[in-house]
Amino acid sequence: MSAPMRVSSGPRGATVRMVTVLAGLALLWAGLFALNEVAWDVLLGDWLGLDLSERIVDAVHFFFYDTVKILLLLVGMIFVIGLLRTTLRPERVRTFLEGKPLFLSLAMAAVLGALTPFCSCSSIPIFIGFVAAGVPLGVTFAFLIASPLVNEVAVVMLADMFGWEVTGTYVAAGLGLAIGAGWVFSRMSLERWVEDFVFAAPVAALGADGHRPTLGERVEAAREETREILGRVWAWVILGVAVGAGVHGWVPTEFFATYAGPDNPLAVVVATLVGIPLYSNAAGVIPIAEALWAKGMATGTVMAFMMGTVALSIPEFILLKRVLKGPLLGLFFGTVAIGIMIIGFFVNAVF
Amino acid sequence: MNIKILGPGCRNCITLEKVTREAVAELGLAADIEKVTDYAAIAGYGVMTTPGLVIDDEVVIAGRVPTAAHVRELISARLA
Repeated sequence: MSAPMRVSSGPRGATVRMVTVLAGLALLWAGLFALNEVAWDVLLGDWLGLDLSERIVDAVHFFFYDTVKILLLLVGMIFVIGLLRTTLRPERVRTFLEGKPLFLSLAMAAVLGALTPFCSCSSIPIFIGFVAAGVPLGVTFAFLIASPLVNEVAVVMLADMFGWEVTGTYVAAGLGLAIGAGWVFSRMSLERWVEDFVFAAPVAALGADGHRPTLGERVEAAREETREILGRVWAWVILGVAVGAGVHGWVPTEFFATYAGPDNPLAVVVATLVGIPLYSNAAGVIPIAEALWAKGMATGTVMAFMMGTVALSIPEFILLKRVLKGPLLGLFFGTVAIGIMIIGFFVNAVF
Repeated sequence: MNIKILGPGCRNCITLEKVTREAVAELGLAADIEKVTDYAAIAGYGVMTTPGLVIDDEVVIAGRVPTAAHVRELISARLA
């Protein structure tokens, strides 16, 4: 859309046109999704004349169908959340959280953390920005824990592989962990274990706050975000579905039955401790988790493994070391790890 | 014109620097491009999601990697 056109039809005309385009895209998306349901049956079964009940054909079918489905779901979900997010930047979350009652801010921080993306190297500027602006440490941690743990990529992939019940439990447990750990930290005075320069950091008010983005700018931002996130995870999705399609038959069942199977009371502890040094994002770890799950690893144990992998990692440890002194860093990792184990044991007991 | 790239040095920050250098070269400008990796200094700009792009001490982008065309627009708009 060129600038002179926008001037001639006014901002309302541009908005109406944009809404029409979005509606068209939504229809196109629904059409592709419906087509994906039948296209591979027709292509493999009718056109290529393959027998869909054969194991290898079924695996190929699953691979194409599932890859397309997950990519479509991710595109749709990241785009929609990206539209919402133009009002949800960490800078605004911080301003919003300043001086709210503790439990309200803990809960809000966890939910907002889940909705706000940031690349892992942003966790330090976010930490400094929050703390220097007077947001309590506990609330800041709630935000930092929820953000990698619960996100749209995790939700889409979990729902596809485990169903909505497990997904809902994972999201609730992730938010609960963030709020719980935040609450534990807020009961202690930890400020002395934060590097001094954090409190001394000058925090500028955000100049862009007065500006309300137009629909066009929101769409542009959502599009960029979709492109960016997809660019980061697409290879993981394909790899993951390939694992899901093929590996089931070859995962060494006995190994997991021995070390992390239903009979081992310490399976959750083992899974969490194994998960922490494995650094991955949701797109990479969920397919592995599904393969373990299919091999009989208990749901809570699988969840503990995923949370350990996504929420705590060695690179994060190294980054946070810049702003946190040893005892607080240890306390942070310890609390989150124990929280993950509690969730694992709890889910195992309930499911 | 003074341009700063805010970011500790992850892939996104490197991409932003590359994109910005491209844009500056296309416009044929003689701009200072500076990298800011100090966390306190980044926070001082009010930026919490890296990478960030600062033109003449004004934050124009935070938390995403724009296209070279977009950076060119942002720079041109401040040339007039």
